[in-house]
Amino acid sequence: MEMIKTKDLVYEYIRRDEEGNVEGLTTAVDRVNLDVAPGEFIAILGHNGSGKSTLAKHINAILYPTEGVVLVDGMDTSQEAYLWEIRQRAGMVFQNPDNQIIGQVVEEDVGFGPENMGIPTKEIWERVEESLKAVGMYEYRKHSPNKLSGGQKQRVSIAGVLAMHPKCIVLDEPTAMLDPKGRKEVIRAVRALNQVEEITIVLITHYMEEIVHADRVFVMDQGRIAMAGTPREIFSRVERLKELRLDVPQVTLLSHELQKKGLALPDGILTQKELADELDRILAGN
Amino acid sequence: MAIIFDHVNHIYGEDTPMAVKALDDICLQIPDGQFVGIIGHTGSGKSTLVQHMNGLLKATSGHIYFNGEDIYDKDFSLKKLRSKVGLVFQYPEHQLFEIDVFSDVCFGPKNLGLEKKEAELRAFDALRKVGLPMELYYQSPFEISGGQKRRAAIAGVLAMEPEVLVLDEPTAGLDPKGRDEILDQIRRLREETGMTVLLVSHSMEDVAEYVDRIIVMNHGRILYDGEPREVFSHYKELEEIGLAAPQVTYVLHELEGRGLDVDVNATTIEEAAETIWAAVKRGKKSGMSPGRDKTSSGKF
Amino acid sequence: MLRDITLGQYYQTESVIHRMDPRVKLGGTLLFIVSLFVFGGYLGYVAAALFLGIVIRLSHVPFRFMVKGMKSILFLLLLTVVFNLFLTPGTVLVSFWKLNITLEGLRLAVTMAVRLALLIIGSSVMTLTTTPNHLTDGMEKMMKPLKLFHVPVHDVAMIMSIALRFIPILLEETDKIMKAQMARGADFESGSIVKRAKAMVPLLVPLFVSAFRRANDLAMAMEARCYRGGDGRTKMKPLVYQRRDKVGYLCIALYLTAGFVLGRLV
Repeated sequence: MEMIKTKDLVYEYIRRDEEGNVEGLTTAVDRVNLDVAPGEFIAILGHNGSGKSTLAKHINAILYPTEGVVLVDGMDTSQEAYLWEIRQRAGMVFQNPDNQIIGQVVEEDVGFGPENMGIPTKEIWERVEESLKAVGMYEYRKHSPNKLSGGQKQRVSIAGVLAMHPKCIVLDEPTAMLDPKGRKEVIRAVRALNQVEEITIVLITHYMEEIVHADRVFVMDQGRIAMAGTPREIFSRVERLKELRLDVPQVTLLSHELQKKGLALPDGILTQKELADELDRILAGN
Repeated sequence: MAIIFDHVNHIYGEDTPMAVKALDDICLQIPDGQFVGIIGHTGSGKSTLVQHMNGLLKATSGHIYFNGEDIYDKDFSLKKLRSKVGLVFQYPEHQLFEIDVFSDVCFGPKNLGLEKKEAELRAFDALRKVGLPMELYYQSPFEISGGQKRRAAIAGVLAMEPEVLVLDEPTAGLDPKGRDEILDQIRRLREETGMTVLLVSHSMEDVAEYVDRIIVMNHGRILYDGEPREVFSHYKELEEIGLAAPQVTYVLHELEGRGLDVDVNATTIEEAAETIWAAVKRGKKSGMSPGRDKTSSGKF
Repeated sequence: MLRDITLGQYYQTESVIHRMDPRVKLGGTLLFIVSLFVFGGYLGYVAAALFLGIVIRLSHVPFRFMVKGMKSILFLLLLTVVFNLFLTPGTVLVSFWKLNITLEGLRLAVTMAVRLALLIIGSSVMTLTTTPNHLTDGMEKMMKPLKLFHVPVHDVAMIMSIALRFIPILLEETDKIMKAQMARGADFESGSIVKRAKAMVPLLVPLFVSAFRRANDLAMAMEARCYRGGDGRTKMKPLVYQRRDKVGYLCIALYLTAGFVLGRLV
């Protein structure tokens, strides 16, 4: 069974003017079909306003489809009875680290989810400890969240979700407000969860370099899935990505430039080493 | 010489056990018309540094001169300084408050004591310079898109017609296209007005192709100060403090390490492509073994 | 600046008072305050001062730190003393110009000053040794009986603890918006009261917008983590009375009896 499945998902909301009169309908998500297998690492890319966050909020039953169905671990999100079960199985990490930490001490924040689920005290402590260790924040357990860096705060947020023992974690632009150092910390933690704990990951981002390690990538534009494939397939279409207002890693761009100049490089080069190896090959052939 | 820092120190919470030295003996000259990038990660002191430039923070010790005048002199007007050194904060859209975009942009010039008409002329001019579509001028600043809000907020500072424009992380939270648009707009703005521009950022890649000079901050000190290519040549040291040089710098160094005769000083993709293309055409290779290289690869 | 308020801020250190159950500290503080007004005679105050002195000693919070916090209310204290000193009728001791210092006035002034000082220091010991979170936990548990009267005890406690978490964030934000507006030439410090009140608009509007945005985000994040009110919720740090808490209650009882008896004697 798929971890997440959406069938012709449509989400519309009503725009109102200042007096509250209906101005029109906006379709934020437009007939999206998505299948995510357990243990997969999925990345959803798209510029601001492409509908990627709206899509993400459906997986956690924060939003419900206008049309179509969303199934999380086989449960229909529009069924009220499954609500808490779904929210426990598909955890969610949001963009702004300050606005999702509830506790005044790191460990208390991580314990918030299990407390809500009614887990016995002793087990909460065990879960908090293992979750904080999994994201490398155990030594900060007694700290105030206000004193942590952005990357550390986001790792605490991830631990907070992890302590609920989810099967899947949806991260809605977790790195958008971080500096490069914080971004790396968070992505490293997310990859570890996917590889070690085999948690299904749905990473929403607009930073291309973060999706290099994803199993599959979906690019959204105007509420629809505009591209889908492996990172390499996606990166090989530089011109299309630029059209979709997305960035391409400098190495890929550089390779693309060299291709245009006439070098016989393959499409979708992702790392410096690949580029260097390819150039070696070309020169050896001379 | 627009701005001079002479041995400036800033300590937060002086006389408390939590005292933090945010600026440590900063000496700096910023000439008129330069386009400068100030790079450092969070907590490096870069934001503290720029808040000294318009007198929002006062140095614990040291002197700051603006156009030759000591800004801490008794008869020096800080209010006037703030109109000459325009500071755009991080997430500047969080400062918007007026009923429509246009009134909000008028806030700055009105505070300068300008007449209504003059203030409005300046607001129009500023909004035009940031490239905000005319039909948004009379919309609520809370109902336009994120990128547009940011432009409106930048216009709010520009309308004071500063000689120096300082932007603290102007691209934070924007998507790649939005980021490029804002940076291109700033470059055009500078070309049009010739003003001095300081761009604070944590990304080398973002500023590399725009600025004439890069100042790298770390732990409240200036670590490097020079032309981009000069600064990027320290890419290994930069990596150690958690700042990466642009990816092309790594690629070129890797290629050089493998014996390809490339110019490692190229900073933009076009330059890099040019030098690699030339090197490959020359086919110059000297004693190298493909694929067996120790330099790190795969940065991400 | 707003951030300089140190009165009653939590002081991080290790002590038996810090570890004590917040309910003991809350109850103790309440009883202590009541005792100050119930005890008669000077010996009662001596007992109170002694008791407080021992508690402070046990708390490992430097006395200097508490006094520093009191500076901000020194004015209030002086005002009370002056009023009592000059405005109490009775046997005149000293008199100059139109003011008389009476014996009763002197007595009252001293009593009030001692009472107030003990009261303020006494309650600050509680906040200095208890984290705000612990305090709300204690209140929630103590007020649980009110649930029978449909008082939303859990929700009130949750609101308080969230407010406490966001105060430093909003203070920082205020500082930032203030600076951003000052960079646009705003002036918060000069002019008439009306002008100054008007100058607050560019500060308050963005602050409210941001507070609402944060509230919205936080509500969503809480729901995403299965928050659905107090029912069925377990506690990570449940309050359970330890031996030291029982000893604590005993000490309070001893103090009350001693003070009461001593107060009657003189």
